[in-house]
Amino acid sequence: MTTKTPSKLEKILSEGHLAVTSECGPPRGSNSEHIIKKGELIKDHVDAINIADNQTSMTRLCSLAACIRLKLMGLEPVLQMVTRDRNRIALQSDILGAASFEINNILCLSGDHQSFGDCAQGQNVHDIDSIQLIQAVRHMRDEGKFLGGDDLDGKPQMFVGAAANPFADPFEIRVPRLAKKIAAGVEFIQTQCVYNLDKFEEWMKGVRDRGLHEKVYILAGLTPMKSVGMAKYMQKRVPGMDVPDEIIERLKGVEKGKQADEGIKICIESIQRLKECEGVAGFHIMAIEWEEKVPEIVEAAGLYPRPTVN
Amino acid sequence: MRLQYPPNIRIVRVPCSGKVDLIHILHAFEKGADGVCVLACLEGDCHFNNGNLMARRRVEQAQEILNSIGIGGERAQMYNLSASEGPRFAQYVTEFTEKIKDLGPNPVKLAKNKAA
Amino acid sequence: MIVADRKPIEEIIGYLKDHKNILVLGCNECVTVCEAGGKKEVGVLASALRMHAKKEGNEVKIDEVTLERQCDREYLDEIRDSIDQYDAVVSLACGVGVQFTAEQYHSTPVYPGVNTCFMGATEKRGLWTERCQGCGQCILATTGSICPVARCAKRLFNGPCGGSTDGKCEINAEVDCAWQLIIDRLKALDRLDEYEKLCPLKDWSTDRAGGPRKVVREDVQQ
Repeated sequence: MTTKTPSKLEKILSEGHLAVTSECGPPRGSNSEHIIKKGELIKDHVDAINIADNQTSMTRLCSLAACIRLKLMGLEPVLQMVTRDRNRIALQSDILGAASFEINNILCLSGDHQSFGDCAQGQNVHDIDSIQLIQAVRHMRDEGKFLGGDDLDGKPQMFVGAAANPFADPFEIRVPRLAKKIAAGVEFIQTQCVYNLDKFEEWMKGVRDRGLHEKVYILAGLTPMKSVGMAKYMQKRVPGMDVPDEIIERLKGVEKGKQADEGIKICIESIQRLKECEGVAGFHIMAIEWEEKVPEIVEAAGLYPRPTVN
Repeated sequence: MRLQYPPNIRIVRVPCSGKVDLIHILHAFEKGADGVCVLACLEGDCHFNNGNLMARRRVEQAQEILNSIGIGGERAQMYNLSASEGPRFAQYVTEFTEKIKDLGPNPVKLAKNKAA
Repeated sequence: MIVADRKPIEEIIGYLKDHKNILVLGCNECVTVCEAGGKKEVGVLASALRMHAKKEGNEVKIDEVTLERQCDREYLDEIRDSIDQYDAVVSLACGVGVQFTAEQYHSTPVYPGVNTCFMGATEKRGLWTERCQGCGQCILATTGSICPVARCAKRLFNGPCGGSTDGKCEINAEVDCAWQLIIDRLKALDRLDEYEKLCPLKDWSTDRAGGPRKVVREDVQQ
């Protein structure tokens, strides 16, 4: 496939390599040391690093600024952008700002509801939704125009991504929903954390049946479990998360001090199994506040060294 | 059966406790009643299915309002008994009257008398 | 209808502390149906306010009137002759009624006696739920007659989001996921293929975003 942007992530995917991305949550304050440290920890083991945009609606240092930090370190950021907090003026403006720093990847999201965060009494915006944001970025990049119709002085050269949750309800529209995102112009997908591999593979079969895997790069999302407690929390409390009982039983089966190692092992095994799944173009490893484990997972899963592209 | 019950209560007969509206309870207090108790059939025994349950909710609403204006929700009470339980009627009414005596006169009436 | 809920009596007492002649003004329309501001609620509030005033030893006159509507001048005119007796009005109408009453009677303070909540329907007595936000450009024809603006917590036009679980919204397991409802409905209508149509960016200029709105109908004006 030919590339449309200078994105390194796009190049790696278009050359047929399994891509590896990871994610950093920005700090809750102006201290950017964390972000630099997290970037340093994983930079040799991943192709691109997502920076979350006020995830779970907890106010944090902005994704754009953190992406610029990574860019200044010579890394490849993926700007996550939610439609919860910005109207179409702010969204376009931030896209242009990011593009001016040669941030070449964007992940279009609607964002968790603000009631989960520290500003539950705040207003939400939702001027447009995540699918419309995909359309907006593609419009700006491909047509070189603002949503309002005026010409842009410099197009944002962005590789456009979105999330997909194969496990949310209703399951029957999970494949049509991906088709909808593709119709809107999405180019890569990072999925919700995959624990229920059977269900994921069922979804992927539906994706292949419609040939959608040839129209979009799908990166399977993975988050290693640190403990039984985390697994139970994810199973019970996190909306749209599917953690099968087997995972919990397996973690329970080892002594407390070894549960984290078992979680890493499950993660690595999952990657190995999904490598064989046709249509999986890479992996998005979200080691939440556990970034130091990413290199170990990437190496053990046989995804190291990372390819170099020009 | 000659049962004794306090002579200072005034009985207002209604066809069903479900007829007692919130405004009736409030008006009684406004006019100077020290307490209002609604005596209703046993729960599950209403001839109109849910009259006594509605009455209970209205007594609760009245309690809430009386609390918020500083008159005291405990001046409105709900009792359930069957029509054949004369002694229980006397017992409830006596209990309630004692309770209201302890609480003292309705503050609205006190203020009104002072003003007069 | 417009759904409202009662304000705490303490709050209303706070507004009225400097007033001596008060009219509690009800409305016979929506707020009567949702049991927040009709004749009955006027009676209850007025009674409570009178008792509170007496208990505090304040000489206060509190009257009760319930109009057919407070959003039409002809009904508001019914209190024109008596309004000068009062130094405050507590309106138990929706926010429209409170404002329209105040516009009619410039020199009398008009306080809200209810919290106006939304446009909704009566599920059953004591339970009212939202259906419409009056965005000014109805899209119900494309969403199986279920409104994502009013019923999706993120007002997604291309939903559902990833937080939809067992037909419920991520914000609260008691809230239906609007997009689950839309999908179920499209399925029932044998129109599920329409789900994949992209919904374009919404023109919000007819919504609150466009500033105060009006509907002008010259054909019916006199």
